[in-house]
Parts: sequence; C-alpha cells; structure tokens
Amino acid sequence: MQITLGPLLFFWPKQEVTAFYEKVAESGFDRIYLGEVVCSKRRELKLDDWLAIAKLLQAKGKEVVLSTLTLIEAESELAQVSKICENGTFVVEANDMAAVHYLAKAGVPFSTGPSVNLYSAEALQVLHRTGLKRWVLPVELSFEHLKLIMARLQELGITDLETEVFSYGYLPLAYSARCFTARTHELNKDSCEFSCIKSSAGIPLATQEGDALFTINGIQTLSGSCHNILDQWQAMESAGVKAMRLSGHSQDILKVADELVRAMGHGITAITSENQQCNGYWSGRPGISH
Amino acid sequence: MELVCPAGNLPSLKAAVDNGADAVYIGFRDETNARHFAGLNFSDQRAMKALDYVNKNPRGKKVRLFVAVNTYAQASNWNRWKKAVDMCADFGVDALIAADISVLDYASKRYPDLNLHLSVQASATNQASLSFYHDHFGIKRAVLPRVLSLKQVERLAQKSPVELEVFAFGSLCIMAEGRCILSSYVTGESPNTVGACSPASAVRWQTTANGMDTRLGGLLIDRFDHHEQAGYPTLCKGRFTVNDKVSHAIEEPTSLNTLNLIPQLHQAGISAVKIEGRQRSPAYVAEVVRIWREALDHYRANPDGFTTNDRWMAGLSRLSEGSQTTLGAYNRPWQ
Repeated sequence: MQITLGPLLFFWPKQEVTAFYEKVAESGFDRIYLGEVVCSKRRELKLDDWLAIAKLLQAKGKEVVLSTLTLIEAESELAQVSKICENGTFVVEANDMAAVHYLAKAGVPFSTGPSVNLYSAEALQVLHRTGLKRWVLPVELSFEHLKLIMARLQELGITDLETEVFSYGYLPLAYSARCFTARTHELNKDSCEFSCIKSSAGIPLATQEGDALFTINGIQTLSGSCHNILDQWQAMESAGVKAMRLSGHSQDILKVADELVRAMGHGITAITSENQQCNGYWSGRPGISH
Repeated sequence: MELVCPAGNLPSLKAAVDNGADAVYIGFRDETNARHFAGLNFSDQRAMKALDYVNKNPRGKKVRLFVAVNTYAQASNWNRWKKAVDMCADFGVDALIAADISVLDYASKRYPDLNLHLSVQASATNQASLSFYHDHFGIKRAVLPRVLSLKQVERLAQKSPVELEVFAFGSLCIMAEGRCILSSYVTGESPNTVGACSPASAVRWQTTANGMDTRLGGLLIDRFDHHEQAGYPTLCKGRFTVNDKVSHAIEEPTSLNTLNLIPQLHQAGISAVKIEGRQRSPAYVAEVVRIWREALDHYRANPDGFTTNDRWMAGLSRLSEGSQTTLGAYNRPWQ
C-alpha cells in the first residue's frame, strides 16, 4: 500500500511551502502531488518553483505528480493547464476534463483526482482507453461502491488500473465562481487581497448552534471535520486499493503519515482518531457522520 | 435563441408549450435525472403523452423534447442508465442531455444518430473540456455551468466546438454543477449520486418561540423570526457563523435572472437559454415561459431598441427565491 500526499489545498507563503516539502522529502510518503488546484490567483509559487520542488522530491526517491487546476474559467488558466500537461517529465493528475483532453491527445499516461466524476467501472473504462493509469475514488462513494467498481473492472478485463482512496484530511466538497474567503472579508474576488494566505487551514463555518459544518477555502468548500479512514487500510489493501491519499492542512500531516507507516509496518489497525473527525461516506452514510 | 423550458410533469409541459417554449426538457421517474423528487418526472407512458403533446403543439410550431439522463451512473445499478438511454432512442427524442462519460459513450456508440447535449452536471467550463466531449461522443450542444462571467461566456462561445446553452432564469446553484456534494455530506444524497440536493426526507421545519428553525440532517440551516418568510433549507443558502458573525456566508436566497442580458447573449452566439425548475408548479412554468417568450420576441422584432420592461421584471421577481434576483456569476462583482 502506497501512502500519498495530495496537493496542498491551502494558500501558504512560498517559504512555508518550500520548508514543508523539504520535510516531506524525508517523510514516509511514497508519492507526492504538487501544484495549485484551487485558485489561479494564488501565485506564491510559479510553475518553475513547483518543478524545483518536484526535482528535489524525485531525487529523494519519491514519485512526483503534477496536479492541475480544478475549476477552469479563464483562457489564461487553460493555458497553464496545457503547459503542465506538456511538461514532458512528470506524470499529471487531471482535475478537470480539460486536462484529460490534453493528456489523451498527447498520448501520455495520466491520473485523475477526486473531482473528476468517475462513479462506475464503465466510466473508468472510457478513460482507461485514453491513458488513465490511476484514479482517485470520488470522496462521497462508500467502500461497498468501491468493491462493486473493482469487481466490475475485473469483469471488463481492466487489471492495470491503480485505485487511490482519499483517506485523511478535509474533504473537498464544492467549487464555485464565488470566492467565499473574499466574501468573509467583505472583499470582491477581483480585489481579494489574496486573503486566503491569512488562514493556513481555511476558515471554519459553523451552524448557529455551533456545529462545525464546512471549511471555507477561497472558491472551494471543504468539510468542517477532518475525514479519517486510516484505520481501514487493511480492508482497502484486501480490496486491491493501491494507495491511500492524505491531505494536509498543517505540518502535522507528516506525523499522521509516520503513524500510518508504523501501523502498516506492525500490521495493526488502531490509528489515532481525534474527536471532531468524520468518516461517514466510507460506510454509506452522510459524510459528516462519525 | 431557443427557449428551453422545464417540465416536472405533464401539466407543466403543457404550460411550457402553450406559453411559447421552443423546447421542453423532462426526466424519467428515477435516479437517472438530477431532479429526482417524489411525485415528479415521467413514467414511460407519461413520456409518450409528453411526446404526443409537443408533436401536436396547438400553437402550430414544432416544439422539441429533450430528456435529461444527467446523473452519474452508479456502480450498483449501471443498467438503469443504459435503459434510460434506450428509452430516449426508442421515443426518438430531440436530444438526450447527459453528463456521465459512460452514459455518453454508450449512447454515442449504440445510437449514433441520437442528438447528444452535454448536461450542466458535466461541469464543462472551458474550450478544452468541451472539445473532449465533442471529440469522444460527438455532442452537439453543451449547457454551461453558472460559474462564468459574461466576458468568459463570450470568449468561450467564439472557440467552442459545439452550440452553447446558458441558464437564463431560476434557482441559482452557487457551486459549479456536478462539483458540489455539500448535500451528501449532510444527508447522504447528492445530485451526482441520486439526483437530489437537500432532499425533503432530511428536512425538518421546527416552530420555535421566536419563529421557525429549518434543519437538514438534524443540523440547523437557518433560524427565522416571526416576520420573516422561512425558506427551504438548502445548504448553500443558510445563515451560518463565520468568525463569530452570523450571515448568509455562501449566498442569500435569490434566483438568477438574465433577462437584460438577452442582447449580449444573442450577440455572443449563444444558441439557447434555459429556464430552471422541473420541481416548480405548472403556474410558475407558465408565467416564467410567457414572460421570456415575450421578451425574446421583442428582442427579435427590434434588436437595437431592446429594453426590459418593468412588468416582466416585477413578474419574475415575484417568482424568485426571497423575491430577489441576481445576475450571478455573469456579473463579475458578484463573484
């Protein structure tokens, strides 16, 4: 079982990003997804900066994947996605069909992230024909659904497709034209002052009764609770899952990965789960449930 | 521009046709369409009647019938989506509206002559994404998600490989369609999986000493005073606490109304304008369609002198959520 680090969903200053990935280079992660996937206005790091981090990680023996923007609206954003797809060195994770279009045309193998809507083996089969090598299960699907999809893939004779499951972190739930961080700060999106940088783990949104509901992260809405199904690693392994994705909202993600590596090494199930975490989707319940 | 109108049942379909729809879109009575609500949509027999009615339109003009099979086919029941596509082909519908690549793939291979429209649920917002669906499945038209500014729509229309349809009026999704699972996070059901958003079964209206609380999946979505009209608890339109302040942190209850963009949309080369609301009453459909028909006819008769009249705008406001309308993402400052 591989342990992967999903793309950083939050807007951190360049120095912090660089320092973070220097630690990631020494961590137990096997495969690292890099790049800005939420908002094209976040430009602390340019593509060359990401490529420099990619090379550093690769030199330390990590698999590196470049992950692309999810909601593409402007032509400049599309041009950037195209450029990443044509990088020629690193595998690319498509988060929109635009990237799938470029990668399929180029004839290079690619991955898809959780926002590409693949809900059945039949849908996977279509992209498999165009070069899909790995996919991330949509976060709202349960283990039962996953098993059905895996069984059907076998029937369809697709045996080389790698499955990755979003296993830890705030769940990406929605994308919008509107920037909710700017709205919170009473700013327009066009003059947002890059205010996402002020909240390194997003802004909590709660009901009027104080129940944690969502996390605001620019144009993205995440779950209010941290999703944690790390204790399912053995079930995933026996179902043929290739990798577990962890998504970080602080440097603590490195400790989480270490703990998972240790648990796997010793063959133990128990993984720390804190209060306020959720895991409902995995068992077919509302995602917020625990 | 073609006026594409919603029908959740036969009376609504008749209302749409009678009031000047150019096309009507419907869904089958199951989870294959994105408005899967109790008591809504068309059985096989009702769909036949719908087809009869549009073909014999008393106004004398051919009205097209589109069928939305636009949720994501689920692993547990993929054949249901296949069957829905078969039915569309059997009926000879004027277009099948779909989002899932497995549904599009099946439809385009099995029925090469079936006219395919890309549903808004596919979240295609750019030229490369549209090209993907065009190249692989031969889609003829795409419905754009409500996330693009008017300028972005205009630029996309110049380069799009297919006809474009945009949302004109109705409930406003704040999130990119097909990319929002807020509903399943709280209720277990989402538009992508079962065609439901904030499903009625998860809703609770609770009278309190001060007025009314609305809940979804047990969670408090909004709290209304006696003098306020309580709205349906949709997750993106509730009042929540952010940084110790209670507000409509995501969006207020409001509807999209683009009536005064008719000239710009037409000049941009947009092929069709869509009215949202298969869950709405026949009376609602009749009124919205009537106003839009009148406005489009006025524009056609006198493109240079087109202005919206107050009567239309007041009529549409009355039918809007919270009695207010917005241009939504078309208007950049809204974003």
